[in-house]
Amino acid sequence: MTSEVVAAAPVPVPGRAQRVRELAEDLRGLRGALIPILHAVQEEFGYVDQPDVAVIADVLNLAVAEVHGVVTFYKDFRRTAAGRTTVAICQAEACRSVGAVELAEHARRTVGCGFGETTHDGRITLEEIYCFGNCALGPAVQVAGRLHGRVTASRLDALLGESR
Amino acid sequence: MKVYVPRDSAACSVGADEVAERIAASSQGRDVEVVRTGSRGMLWLEPLVEVETAAGRIGYGPLAPEDVDGLIAGGMLDGAGASLGLVEELPWMKRQQRLTFERVGVVDPLSTVDYVAHGGMAGLRAALALSPAEVVETVVDSGLRGRGGAGFPTGIKWRTVLNAQADLKFVCCNADEGDSGTYADRMLIEGDPFTLIEGMTIAAYAVGAAEGYVYLRSEYPDAVATLKDAIGHARDEGWLGPDILGSGFGFDLHVRVGAGAYICGEETSMLESLEGKRGMVRAKPPIPALEGLFGRPTVVNNVLSLATIPTILAHGAAAYAAYGTGRSLGTSVFQLGGNVARGGIVETAFGITLGELVNDFGGGTSSGLPVRAVQVGGPLGAYLPVEQFDLPMDYEAFAAAGAMVGHGGIVVFDETVDMAAMARFAFEFCAAESCGKCTPCRVGAVRGVETVDRIVAGENLQQNLVLLEDLCELMTDGSLCAMGGLTPMPVRSAVRHFGEDFRA
Repeated sequence: MTSEVVAAAPVPVPGRAQRVRELAEDLRGLRGALIPILHAVQEEFGYVDQPDVAVIADVLNLAVAEVHGVVTFYKDFRRTAAGRTTVAICQAEACRSVGAVELAEHARRTVGCGFGETTHDGRITLEEIYCFGNCALGPAVQVAGRLHGRVTASRLDALLGESR
Repeated sequence: MKVYVPRDSAACSVGADEVAERIAASSQGRDVEVVRTGSRGMLWLEPLVEVETAAGRIGYGPLAPEDVDGLIAGGMLDGAGASLGLVEELPWMKRQQRLTFERVGVVDPLSTVDYVAHGGMAGLRAALALSPAEVVETVVDSGLRGRGGAGFPTGIKWRTVLNAQADLKFVCCNADEGDSGTYADRMLIEGDPFTLIEGMTIAAYAVGAAEGYVYLRSEYPDAVATLKDAIGHARDEGWLGPDILGSGFGFDLHVRVGAGAYICGEETSMLESLEGKRGMVRAKPPIPALEGLFGRPTVVNNVLSLATIPTILAHGAAAYAAYGTGRSLGTSVFQLGGNVARGGIVETAFGITLGELVNDFGGGTSSGLPVRAVQVGGPLGAYLPVEQFDLPMDYEAFAAAGAMVGHGGIVVFDETVDMAAMARFAFEFCAAESCGKCTPCRVGAVRGVETVDRIVAGENLQQNLVLLEDLCELMTDGSLCAMGGLTPMPVRSAVRHFGEDFRA
């Protein structure tokens, strides 16, 4: 089933450009500073906004296109805010061998959105992940940063209920 | 009195934190210290609690928080009651030869005192008493081969870096353990991070490197936190820094967190990512040993390769090479996962058979249905049927069988698995994760998905099977790196061993 998905509207954060510049300047001395800077921006704001890209490029003396290229290469870097709770379900082979594909189908039905999408009430973002390294205790699911093993459909429902 | 509860993320995924809290709450008034350790790797027994007694550590597991009060009432804190017995005497542990994983699950991962008390730093002290070239030759003589999957002799790589002339060299640890079914890197970093730090420091001394980087995947947040803490402790102890153990040798280590790209487990892509770029694969030559990170000579080794270095230096090359078989010397850390009754870490000498691992250690499937297929060596490894369970775990024996040992991950599937769907998934995954630099991988993976779909639909079956084989050959021969080059391995093995699944 496909659901109507509305990306959460970006909430303008006052002084965001200034803060992004500070984060970038703090880390610019690292070797290969761009990815640590992008992690720092995402950690603080939840996603990397397009205007951030130009600020970071300016601090690192890179072309905007180079920074854009890096942001879009890596799945971790979000371009919009996630829902209040991110639910990531492993879809790799080991978890597939114990029902991760069926679990994902259950999650899509229950939550009402697909992988890479956020429910329209902004409550849950569903993600597919390829391996948390919990391959002997699958299916593995991460809810709000916390890893869970041997997650059945009913266990997932309980976890989703707790995140309400 | 000490009670040990794992803090490993797999153990915590099934409730180890809650069990630890309950033990602390329920044992008030008694002199109980709850020590958080790594996991022993008997993951089906997690949360596994161990109680220190005069005879050794007595195990209890798997425990739920609500089991704790009853067990304590039954004398758990004195090692009595419904226990598993001495953990070291359990058949699963007793049949292993733990060298790399010697301390994992035993020590508090962030205690430098524990580390030294359990033999830590002996390898680095031994290395610093040798010349760098002697350290390199010790590693060559040990027969250690890259545990990340490629199996290249570690010492030979180091020798190349040692002999390269440069003002700055690097040691990089590839901890981007993205392969499904592999989790030993994570468990080692969460359970015994000082071993990795010590191994990297020895590598740096051996090749003349001043800086090291651990590229650790973002999917492993607990490992990131543990390793960062451990590096801080190591600096405080003088195990890292400008004058390591008073030797005058200086080396420092940094963690870089990945950003969700599977391809960054490929060494040149990882180097690009460490440089802050898109993780695009580089053509080789030049090899990273000569032109690696920022164009400087660079050692790139897997976590397990580096974490095995301290035991080799502490006990000598011959002691390590005494394990194993043929050209696969030493021990390997196998990881049982997927649909397996007893999943976990099995460190043994090379040469143990696939069947011994899956049946004797693993106990068959967790579903109770017969085993149909096992995938060895991650998503790019072959699917093997039970008829091949007598294959010894050995780089050359696996290569001869059209398979690979890889990073030692073994994923078990029961008879309900649809192997055509798994072959399709191999291509899907490659299409999603390809860096896009070379055509065979970028386009071939997409064509592969389409071709499998036509085969499963019964469309021109014979012609499409020929086309699939042709595509696999082209990807194998024409791809720039192992991503496109090895994606055909699971596909071809699925067709070869489970052909009936492709004939709808």
